[in-house]
Amino acid sequence: MADPQPTERPGPAERPQPAGRPPADRTRTNSGPGRLLIAVYLLFAIAATSRAGLQIATRFEAAPMAYLLSALAAAVYIVAAVGLGRAGRTGRLIALACCTVELVGVVGVGAVSRARPELFPDETVWSGFGSGYGYIPLVLPVLGLLWLWRTRHDLDLAAASRSRPSRVAPDQSFGPPAT
Amino acid sequence: MTEASATTSAAGDLPVDGLLAAVPIALSLLIAGWALVATLRHRAPDRAQFAGLAVLEAALLVLTVVTLVALGGGQRPDEPGSFFGYLATLVCLPPLAWVLARMEPTRWGSAIVCTICLVTPVVLVRLQQTWTVLGG
Repeated sequence: MADPQPTERPGPAERPQPAGRPPADRTRTNSGPGRLLIAVYLLFAIAATSRAGLQIATRFEAAPMAYLLSALAAAVYIVAAVGLGRAGRTGRLIALACCTVELVGVVGVGAVSRARPELFPDETVWSGFGSGYGYIPLVLPVLGLLWLWRTRHDLDLAAASRSRPSRVAPDQSFGPPAT
Repeated sequence: MTEASATTSAAGDLPVDGLLAAVPIALSLLIAGWALVATLRHRAPDRAQFAGLAVLEAALLVLTVVTLVALGGGQRPDEPGSFFGYLATLVCLPPLAWVLARMEPTRWGSAIVCTICLVTPVVLVRLQQTWTVLGG
């Protein structure tokens, strides 16, 4: 039942250390593949921030909506990187919100910029479904959501260590074993 | 690679061209390839990767200094804002890879090095594009 993408990608990494290792190490939101995700988010935070900053500083009146959208995208990338980096309940909620906003943003802006190009006279990070950036803006939130889904036991493990077995039991029915 | 060298030889006057740009690009791709092999072999970032990042950073700093000297000599980039944005980003990329790879001593650290070393040539080519038309 588990989706093939997350089980396939980090799968081989776990193969050498199967059952003996505490699962907490495998499912931390902000380590392993998660850290790679944070790195890519940081790169996009830098790219979007400098682009938006430059556009707003030099020619804001040319396309205020597109540039404000760039700024919003930049802010979302920064907050998502921070959320993923902090992990924990709050960090994961922040990351979840950011990934959702990104996905809605990139799909929405992509569709609108395709249908009504006059609304976006200048490029934003999300124009054309992120085609200016190799469609990574489109893939990134999906990977982020998959990763958050895959590390969902992160919180349950934390809860379990505070002895709340009722939180753990229902989640053991799917995904990697939590204990 | 051939495309990059063709671009740089066509625009002879750029301070960011020829070997000065080709060396970091080649080096960066080399490190990316090595880091990819390490990732596929489940290896943490090794000495070669960190040494490569250090050499890459040195090459980028040389490029920066030569560019600043050219600026002092009166040459100006076509889009100064973007140019300095890209230049600042470029110089920060290898240290970013270094720090993140140190934090993640697993195969994913190598994956981070690989990713950032693939982004570096892109930023470098964009940097060249912002210095297209020269006044002098």
